[in-house]
Amino acid sequence: MDRVPILRMGRTLLVTVQVDMHDQLAVRLLDDLTAMITKTRARGVLIDISALDMVDSFIGRMIADVAATSRILDAQTVLVGMQPAVAITLVELGMALPGVRTALDVERGMELLDAARDH
Amino acid sequence: MVTPMHRTLQILQSSQVQLLADWIKALRAATTSQSAAMISDPELQAQCQEFISLLSAAASAGGVDDLSAEAWRPVKEFLAGVSRSRSRQGFSPSETAMFVMSFKEPLFANLRRAADGHDDAKLLVESWELLRALDQLGLYTTEIHQQAREELIRRQSEEMLELSTPVIQLWDGILAMPLIGTLDSSRTQIVMEALLQQIVATRSPIAILDITGVPTVDTLTAQHLLKTVAATRLMGAECIISGIRPQIAQTIVHLGVSLGDIVTKASLADAFRIALKKLGHSIAGS
Repeated sequence: MDRVPILRMGRTLLVTVQVDMHDQLAVRLLDDLTAMITKTRARGVLIDISALDMVDSFIGRMIADVAATSRILDAQTVLVGMQPAVAITLVELGMALPGVRTALDVERGMELLDAARDH
Repeated sequence: MVTPMHRTLQILQSSQVQLLADWIKALRAATTSQSAAMISDPELQAQCQEFISLLSAAASAGGVDDLSAEAWRPVKEFLAGVSRSRSRQGFSPSETAMFVMSFKEPLFANLRRAADGHDDAKLLVESWELLRALDQLGLYTTEIHQQAREELIRRQSEEMLELSTPVIQLWDGILAMPLIGTLDSSRTQIVMEALLQQIVATRSPIAILDITGVPTVDTLTAQHLLKTVAATRLMGAECIISGIRPQIAQTIVHLGVSLGDIVTKASLADAFRIALKKLGHSIAGS
């Protein structure tokens, strides 16, 4: 079974979703990511979903869960590169993901994480 | 199928020239001078001539009982073309239908001339059948005219939707979208998509939604604005709403709509200033 790769860059974890998310993959990502955060004592998590062009309510909830869980584990989470169609779908589903930080692309997401760490 | 319509068809074919002249005279008499200017004489003559020849061909091939028969297709196609061009030229539906209806008068006159002198009951029946077919063709023309108008209206309203949602790049990284007119669900959808697409295309972290041109804000409109702002935030950009007029501010408060932590500014200038500040720019001299 394929899985979403989690890359480590210093104390930041980089998650790039490059395949179509299905339910099991999302659950597995949550498991992998939380394990990885505790193992590497990461301070920041950057999730790039620019290749994701479709979401349903379950995937939407998993994204929110991933962000919330990372925050509890004391890692700042930034969601980057959401496609317009995905954003509209999530809003229509009533999932505006409050409390999740967002950025336009990986570069800006990194800046956001760096700024948050300096404080 | 030739036999029952024998006589009328003969008249239709043999006195084409006479019919054409009478018909054009009747058409010119029926139309006002204003609409007469909309179509030239040679064009009208060509249309009439083609109609007569198509009509006699169809009537002799397929009879006049069933207009949905294959033989009548060329006539209908021709009429549809005439009807569409009339509706584009600005003729009214009745004037368009008149094109077919007015053919009855010269046709009847010619039939009467042929039946002159003897009481011909059979000819009467035949001509009645042909006239009924002409009535149906007239109705068909009106229908097509109506369709052409409806297509025009639909296309115009689509064009209006596109025209009314421009996304402007005010500065490197700052987009503005001036909204003009009432915001309903279908428009908000287009507005939202256009704005989000531009945010991705230009990588702009700040978008200003200017609602100076929105006449009224009700709960539904406010809801739509909130959705747009939420979607913008999800994409990683920030949305500022500007151009809120005093009455609209009062309405929003009266309606009990909470705009939450959305940045709102009274004018586009204020919104632009704050956007520049957020991007780390400052204006010299202020």
